[in-house]
Amino acid sequence: MLNFHVFRFDPSKDKESRFDRFEVPSLGSGMTVLDGLYYILENLDQTLAFRSSCRAGACGSCAMHISAGGGALGGNGQYRLACNTLIETLIPGAINNNVTGQIMIRPLAHLPVLKDLVVDLTNFFRHYETIKPYLITTASLPDKEFIQSTKQRKKIDKMIDCILCGACYGSCPVAAGRPDYLGPHALLKAARFLFDSRDTADEERIKLVGHNAGAFRCHTIFNCQQVCPKDIDPAGAIARLKMKIILDKLRRFFGRS
Amino acid sequence: MIKRCDVLVVGGGLAGLRAALEAQANGLNVVIASKLYPVRSHSGAAQGGINAALANHPEGQNDNPGLHAFDTVKGSDYLADQDAVEIMTAAAPDVIYQLDHWGCPFSRLANGRVAQRPFGGAGFPRTCYGADKTGHYILQTLYEQVIKNHIETLNEWLVISLIVENKTCSGVIAFNLQSGQLEIIEAGAVIVATGGSGRIYGKSSNAFTSTGLGMAIAYRAGVPLKDMEFIQFHPTTIIGKNILMTEGCRGEGGYLVNKNNERFMKKYAPDKMELAPRDIVSRSIQTEINEGLGFTDPAFGGYVYLDIRHLGADKITERLPGVVEICTDFLGINPIKEPIPVQPGQHYTMGGIDTDKDGVTEVQGLYAAGECACVSVHGANRLGGNSLLETLVFGQRAGAHAAQYVAGRAKQKFNESLPDYFLKQQESRLQQLTMGAGPDKIGAGTENPYQIRNELNKTMDALVGIFRTESDLKYALSGIEALKQRFRKIKAPGIFSSFNYHLLWVLELEGNLDVAEAIVKGALARRESRGSHSRRDFPKRDDVHWLKHTLATYTKEGAVLSDRPVTITKFQPQERKY
Ligand SMILES: Cc1cc2nc3c(=O)[nH]c(=O)nc-3n(C[C@H](O)[C@H](O)[C@H](O)COP(=O)(O)OP(=O)(O)OC[C@H]3O[C@@H](n4cnc5c(N)ncnc54)[C@H](O)[C@@H]3O)c2cc1C
Ligand code: SF4
Ligand code: FES
Repeated sequence: MLNFHVFRFDPSKDKESRFDRFEVPSLGSGMTVLDGLYYILENLDQTLAFRSSCRAGACGSCAMHISAGGGALGGNGQYRLACNTLIETLIPGAINNNVTGQIMIRPLAHLPVLKDLVVDLTNFFRHYETIKPYLITTASLPDKEFIQSTKQRKKIDKMIDCILCGACYGSCPVAAGRPDYLGPHALLKAARFLFDSRDTADEERIKLVGHNAGAFRCHTIFNCQQVCPKDIDPAGAIARLKMKIILDKLRRFFGRS
Repeated sequence: MIKRCDVLVVGGGLAGLRAALEAQANGLNVVIASKLYPVRSHSGAAQGGINAALANHPEGQNDNPGLHAFDTVKGSDYLADQDAVEIMTAAAPDVIYQLDHWGCPFSRLANGRVAQRPFGGAGFPRTCYGADKTGHYILQTLYEQVIKNHIETLNEWLVISLIVENKTCSGVIAFNLQSGQLEIIEAGAVIVATGGSGRIYGKSSNAFTSTGLGMAIAYRAGVPLKDMEFIQFHPTTIIGKNILMTEGCRGEGGYLVNKNNERFMKKYAPDKMELAPRDIVSRSIQTEINEGLGFTDPAFGGYVYLDIRHLGADKITERLPGVVEICTDFLGINPIKEPIPVQPGQHYTMGGIDTDKDGVTEVQGLYAAGECACVSVHGANRLGGNSLLETLVFGQRAGAHAAQYVAGRAKQKFNESLPDYFLKQQESRLQQLTMGAGPDKIGAGTENPYQIRNELNKTMDALVGIFRTESDLKYALSGIEALKQRFRKIKAPGIFSSFNYHLLWVLELEGNLDVAEAIVKGALARRESRGSHSRRDFPKRDDVHWLKHTLATYTKEGAVLSDRPVTITKFQPQERKY
């Protein structure tokens, strides 16, 4: 048996948020946190709000803060995808050995709650948009594809896998205090284009991220790298960005640009 | 407040985004309304790749669009419309080049060109890929272009009905999830791009959100659904969650083996082996399972192994990283060291909203593109890698045609009272549904919608699957009719409130029930076996009687069937051998 303690808040009626406890049976091997949430929606409380779609860790809908433990609440908490978090990994024995598990679920942090686990992504996507997340090139387009060597292509490996789930953003203490901070997801995207051999807008991109609320706001705390469900290293990408910006400054300083 | 635009695109997947970009490039004011943020669309889960005869691969230098067309038509078991197929395969190379110019990170060959891999039913390595995350890369790329071009997106708006009068569409009614209210969007033209309806089935590779509602709104507004009986079952979905293991696994050289560790495909398709088209491979796996040659899981049923271990760690991590991720996360196994337990699962809806080559439907100003539409380029069986291509080619064409249509008409005078009338109609319908009021007494009852959905899923899995018979299908049809009756007594408390996902799932279920009925009626009528539609009682293809499309038209009493000839240009139907 599992006790799901789920964050609840409906700004249209609630003064304060609370946690509701739901008893969810073990649904057999392969059961995920998302399966548990659906069990609640379908059987226990039809007002529960949470996002999901692909159920396969591919669409980025279901990032939330999940902590689990057999006893006290709040241990080993992390931002995760509900859909690819197996109950059995969170709480060994909960599925087949009748271990009672406690699972606590909160929405992504640093974004306003619209209802329960659904947060307002406006700011998240606005930051993403400001870094000009699209290829810019002044080269004349070839008749066929651009020639890009496997080595050049490798430079953007992993960075291109971001599913914009927001786990990194929720986990970032810098984003906590600074809603204007671009955030790991947006900076990662900037790096993805800056290091793409087909993109020629280095100068503009450096301007877009080389400011106060951009790359240098990152204190290399590495939470993002820890939580990313796609094993991406946004902090590393931001470090590469900073390096590039500094080199660029030096080049200008020595008049070699 | 009423929203107005020239072209409204319903859906933010690949087909929808491509259509929107094209309509906007034609100078029109475009809005995208999508129940999901566009980047959450199921297109992003596509893994294996997208077909185009680029002739980049050393073994594919003699490839060309004509051969691509032939493979597609043969794969379709000759039910595809050949003029549409030729348009698609001819356009394919430029689609890839444009994606590359927009920044799509395709994998590369040593010479710096876009990489290609072998796929089922194809004469050459023709499938362009980005590792095994091709759909994700293309979806991101198109969304990037949408941002660049400042196209407005209404995120988390569920379109529930079309405004159609005198066979002309002038907008939609949508349920705005955040506000919890119904809203009117008026538009000169509407393009439906709502994706597949896989979740009518239980064992499906599709997202939870791939439902029948998108098809149902066009169907209820008077556009027939075409060829709905043709449902693709993908040979390799993992047991349990039925998440896809891309055909790229076999394209890269993976094997399928039964419990005797035998590569059983040699019995069924000695030439192409694991790379025969999907209908054939799925039937082969199911036959192995039925004959006791597979494995059995007490909870998840029969399965066989997909074995990629011999490809080696390097190739697997480079070309199939997503497969490793899924196996690790959901099965707790490492496919570099262990074989993957797989079974066939519902994967793709070949049929859909009846359109022509430009996405045009029978209702003026109403278009459809992508998986929800049926042009038809896939006929009775889609080749892997052709669907992503379809979304882009026909998304673009629908966008262009819709733009032309709107621009060519005298500035539309919106009929003030019409949208309001439709809004009121939907409002009272939902009111009934949610409060148990009104003449229909819908909502007064006690039925749990999720139970109805589960029963629908089980019915479709068990009776409308890979192998079909008349008695099973009849049984399924009466089951669906009973579920429809129960739906009228649904218990759906709740009102118009913010993020009322319960109401959303109820509306999705209603769409699923309508579409399921069309699938089963089509399957029952088609007394032959063709492509994915395999009738045990009629095991042969019958070109004399059945070389034709099925059309299902909505009536209050249920689907009414008619048919239409297939367009044949170059390729005369032959027996299909692989
Ligand atoms: C796991 C998987 C892997 C695949 N791999 C491949 C592959 O490698 N190659 C290939 O060619 N094909 C592949 N396919 C098939 C292909 O991905 C899909 O057919 C294609 O992406 C569908 O695109 P679409 O734009 O039509 O729909 P989708 O991407 O499903 O988008 C539908 C959109 O419509 C919106 N929507 C739906 N209903 C409503 C509504 N009522 N109101 C408002 N909005 C709505 C959704 O929010 C979404 O934005 C795969 C499919 C699956 C399931
Ligand atoms: S970098 Fe990782 S955690 Fe952050 S949004 Fe992208 S996928 Fe999610
Ligand atoms: S539901 Fe898509 S990532 Fe979890």
